Amino acid sequence: MGIKMSFDMFMQHFINAVGLGSLYGLIAIGYTMVYGILRLINFAHGDIFMLGAYFVFFATVSYKLPWAFGVLAAIAGATLCGLLVDRIAYRPLRNAPRISALISAIGVSFFIENLSVVVFSGMPRPVVQPPLLMKAFSIGGVRLVPLALLVPAISFALAAGLLWLIYRTRSGLAMRSISHDIETTRLMGVSVDRIIALTFALGSALAAVAGIMWALRYPRVEPFMGIIPGFKAFIAAVFGGIGSIPGAMLGGLSLGFVEIMSIAFFPKLSGYRDAFAFILLILILLVKPTGLMGEKLEDKI
Amino acid sequence: MLEIRGLDVWYGGIHAVKNIDMSIGRGEIVTLIGANGAGKSSTIRAVAGLVRDWKGSMTFTKPEGGQVSLAGCPPETMVRLGISLSPEGRRILPHLTTEENLTLGAFTRKDREEIAESMEHVYGLFPKLRERRNQKGGTLSGGEQQMLAVARALMSKPELLMLDEPSLGLAPILVAEVFDIIREINRQGRTILLVEQNAYAALKIAHKAYVLETGEIALSGTGAELLENPKVREAYLGG
Ligand SMILES: Nc1ncnc2c1ncn2[C@@H]1O[C@H](COP(=O)(O)OP(=O)(O)OP(=O)(O)O)[C@@H](O)[C@H]1O
Ligand SMILES: [Mg+2]
Repeated sequence: MGIKMSFDMFMQHFINAVGLGSLYGLIAIGYTMVYGILRLINFAHGDIFMLGAYFVFFATVSYKLPWAFGVLAAIAGATLCGLLVDRIAYRPLRNAPRISALISAIGVSFFIENLSVVVFSGMPRPVVQPPLLMKAFSIGGVRLVPLALLVPAISFALAAGLLWLIYRTRSGLAMRSISHDIETTRLMGVSVDRIIALTFALGSALAAVAGIMWALRYPRVEPFMGIIPGFKAFIAAVFGGIGSIPGAMLGGLSLGFVEIMSIAFFPKLSGYRDAFAFILLILILLVKPTGLMGEKLEDKI
Repeated sequence: MLEIRGLDVWYGGIHAVKNIDMSIGRGEIVTLIGANGAGKSSTIRAVAGLVRDWKGSMTFTKPEGGQVSLAGCPPETMVRLGISLSPEGRRILPHLTTEENLTLGAFTRKDREEIAESMEHVYGLFPKLRERRNQKGGTLSGGEQQMLAVARALMSKPELLMLDEPSLGLAPILVAEVFDIIREINRQGRTILLVEQNAYAALKIAHKAYVLETGEIALSGTGAELLENPKVREAYLGG
């Protein structure tokens, strides 16, 4: 059932896979950072992604703000929401059993989704793509739009910036320290809640950027649009090794490739598109439960 | 510089520290000795802001004058006030390098040049750490980790340096070295609160000492007095 493919066709799919994968990776980073520090699966993360997309929709379509400004406003808005989630749903439970925070995470995710239905309405809405990003051009025999290159370029640049922050700044040092030993980190004079808030802010900002780029690629928004990408990104984070930022990106790219390439080579599988993530999850849990770039499990859990 | 009055510490129903008074003067080495489970760590951790459930009063006198109550202060406030703790069991961050551990110790300070000076200073005290500066904390030997724990606590330039069992698990020759360094740090002007099981070595360098028994202060006096005290000799110095 496989099909033969020209090199140009392959490159087309390749670029597509990198784009989708880098978006998964960008979302996965937020999961992996919060998990690395708090051992918490932040179920609301996919909803922050959704809010980022909605905010840019309102800013540019409803309020007709210039794109650059709308994007910044959307990132700021979604980041604020991420901070509020931490402050309201997680911080009061910092010393509670981990299961309480997990239940709170599921609750806050449902809350955001349903509130969004009430406030935004459940109807999907079309996003207007800026024409500049959609002007097709060719390289060799590959036809592209600028957006297809912009998405991975921005994703990788942001991931690189984040790595710089984590490995080259004091706040980053504090983050790496908290992920290992909160009490000792506090003894060093670190305000742990501030660093955790910073972690949520960074993860949420990246999710918002991913949400915005997602809304440009698949030009519509709806209140439940964060669930499937969020779930897949979480699996990507596990696949790459939870707690590892390069791992999150690698996991996202792997998933992007598996999804795009399997459908490209075996079009009949396209109905199973959303199942590949689970196959990857099962495979990695069988072969290397710590994920591609994961450290020893006893350190992390 | 630190006055502790009527300190109680609880862990749920366990009453670990019972109504103790302690007084630490500027420039002193004060030691707190006692058997396992006597409440030494609980006391020192309360001062560091790590214990939630405590009662009593702790008053810290700032070097420039002015008194602060430590009630309800989180650890980061304590560090900013000038109180720092090298915790029991070293608690080195194993995935961070020696230098990163030290940098973390200076987290509350801003001036990069001054931090670099402090780094040079602790490398002077512990030359081994300089050799190991780019090595992961987890790969250091036990002795080196202990040195790093003390050095890291020094990086905040504390007025009051608290050390919880710095000689634990060290070979005798290293124990002597650690105590020499504690004395040296004290000579450089830092006040030290030293929790120890090694009563003999601690009493020898201490200006003042407290003996804790099941959460209560059983004895106190100068280091020299307690070294001569028959009860101390019998219970803590092996006769
Ligand atoms: N986190 C805790 N939860 C419950 N009980 C505790 C806790 N920490 C200490 N305790 C109890 O409080 C008492 C005093 O403990 P603490 O650690 O202060 O003793 P210590 O003098 O430092 O002993 P050691 O020399 O063994 O370090 C002990 O009975 C201990 O079991
Ligand atoms: Mg102890």
